[in-house]
Amino acid sequence: MTDAPDREQSYVRTAMLPPQTAPSTQVGAVRWVHENLLSSWLNAILTILSVYFVWTIVSSIYPWLANSVWDATSLTDCRAKMDERLGEGVRAACFAVISDRWQQLVFGFYPQNGYWRPPTALFVFLIAIAPVLFTQLPRKLLWFTMIAPILIFTLLWGGSIWAPISVALGFVIGFIAYRVIGSRFSALLAVLAAIILPILYWFTLSGTVNAALTAIAPKGLPYVESKDFGGFTLSIVIGLTSIMLSLPLGILLALGRQSNLFIINKVSVVFIEVIRGVPLIVWLFTAQLLLNYFLPKGTNFDLMLRVIIMVTLFSSAYIAEVIRGGLAALPKGQYEAADALGLDYWKSMRLIVLPQALRISIPGIVSSFIGLFKDTTLVAFIGMYDPIGLTSSIRASTDWNGVYWELYIFVGLIFFIFCFSMSRYSMYLERKLHRGNR
Amino acid sequence: MSELASNRPVNSAAMQISDEVAIQISAMNKWFGTFHVLRDINLTVYRGERIVICGPSGSGKSTLIRCINRLEEHQQGTIMVDGTELSSDLKNIDRIRSEVGMVFQHFNLFPHLTILENCTLAPIWVRKTPKKEAEEVAMHFLQKVKIPEQANKYPGQLSGGQQQRVAIARSLCMKPRIMLFDEPTSALDPEMIKEVLDTMIELAEEGMTMLCVTHEMGFAQAVANRVIFMDQGQIVEQNEPREFFNNPQSDRTKLFLSQILGH
Repeated sequence: MTDAPDREQSYVRTAMLPPQTAPSTQVGAVRWVHENLLSSWLNAILTILSVYFVWTIVSSIYPWLANSVWDATSLTDCRAKMDERLGEGVRAACFAVISDRWQQLVFGFYPQNGYWRPPTALFVFLIAIAPVLFTQLPRKLLWFTMIAPILIFTLLWGGSIWAPISVALGFVIGFIAYRVIGSRFSALLAVLAAIILPILYWFTLSGTVNAALTAIAPKGLPYVESKDFGGFTLSIVIGLTSIMLSLPLGILLALGRQSNLFIINKVSVVFIEVIRGVPLIVWLFTAQLLLNYFLPKGTNFDLMLRVIIMVTLFSSAYIAEVIRGGLAALPKGQYEAADALGLDYWKSMRLIVLPQALRISIPGIVSSFIGLFKDTTLVAFIGMYDPIGLTSSIRASTDWNGVYWELYIFVGLIFFIFCFSMSRYSMYLERKLHRGNR
Repeated sequence: MSELASNRPVNSAAMQISDEVAIQISAMNKWFGTFHVLRDINLTVYRGERIVICGPSGSGKSTLIRCINRLEEHQQGTIMVDGTELSSDLKNIDRIRSEVGMVFQHFNLFPHLTILENCTLAPIWVRKTPKKEAEEVAMHFLQKVKIPEQANKYPGQLSGGQQQRVAIARSLCMKPRIMLFDEPTSALDPEMIKEVLDTMIELAEEGMTMLCVTHEMGFAQAVANRVIFMDQGQIVEQNEPREFFNNPQSDRTKLFLSQILGH
């Protein structure tokens, strides 16, 4: 205020003020505590109450966890060890049930000498999915992604390696047909050929191809039946397969629902509304019981495959609606600009519309996936042994009758790890894509 | 508004109009539902013409140029573009769209792609140009609209005027024979209008066939060889700019001109 004006109308500053250090209440830890914990009397009281509340919970749970017993063969044994170590009558967690039965929870009834196979399959899956999830990885890895389904199938179910290969050959035939016919005749004809030729192949030749190749070079792993799958192996196989399949299906349904073509539009709408309007458990019962009535007599359609199909359809209906929200959020000008440049429908969808719509829908899509993954526990109701189903059977055994918390905590923890990593990945993806748009 | 927003001299040497017909619209009618939005439009555009379309809002001028690349569908009459008739044949539509560039009021750049990718997308995917060549062409046109240094930025990082110039470059990368401008400066701040108009004038000087819906009367006077006035979905008056502005014939045109030039 050294050069304060005499009158208010006219004022010229001649010396600029240097910045001064902030008062101590405005910096560092003092400021943080002041702003976040003690900003008013009411907040100070709430802070104290919350600290007390958190302390009460932690102090009662911590000894239970910290004193847990990991080496026992039954609940009685477990309690004896607690009495011996902690004093008479003091109880703590008995995680021995996990160390005793973890194999069952993870693998179900998968043959013991094949325990290496599901983790290897998961490993192959993770490598195959990595270049899809993280674009900075070398694109050549995508070739591995293409053949990974064959490897994963053989690892999980075993049987002749040639079976999945001869099925995959159908896709190759379709692709070649599309390319060859597409370059010589019309695009529509190419699409038709790419659909019809593989189907013809699967119904006629693929069995023979498989048999022939197996006879020439009998390579493969011991066959494991679907009913032997259980525990987390089952949940993860159903969950991940359905996630992989429901995303493309959901995208197609969302586009179908936006389509101007009357039939395609109505089919998509009816499909989405019917699938979404009925509880998943009803669809699972349908898969288990009703489908057999519709299929020809004597066909033995694998229950697990039926469940995967149902879960996929169910989740794709949800994803379609999430993506439709993203499509609707795009300004009309984006569609018009793509049209005006001469891009055809599929190209404008692939290059302009979907990348933006999917980016908007990432949080919704991932929460659908998380929901789907947790919903796989519902298969316990149709007689499949997912982790929850196995928990019941472990608790029913004489050794572990009476254990509750420890099993559910373990199952919950594993599910949490999977769901939390999906959630973190979606946040990473949002941040990454957001950066590009700023 | 009456002065040219851009004050650079216009070189009209290359602005030759040939006898070749670029666009022929005859007896064209269009309805939005029951609303008769375009009524009996007859218009022939020769190659090299620079036509400015003006008129009050809701007069159908945007709809008219959007019919030329089939962003809107007409219900009666014929539109021939470069000798190809616009019908519901998707192949014809895509071919015409790749020959006709369009610049929108709100730019409509693709926000998830860089400036360079915006410009190379259509050449690569529609014209099947090799990526490298497409990038060279794109850089050439970005140079022309004077923003090559922004090539690796995203549209959201650019000013409105820069975005609109990118939009023009993006259209030019398809080497169009006709350019449509749908109120290209209406969404811009006054100081950015000039840079976009300069770009459009340069384009005119190179002999591009242009149809511009715009309220920039200065641009019309300097560049256009024909001004079309539309009202209520009809072409009310068309004339060369000098005659159009100094000696308008219809009362409707006089009223419109007095409203936009009068203040």
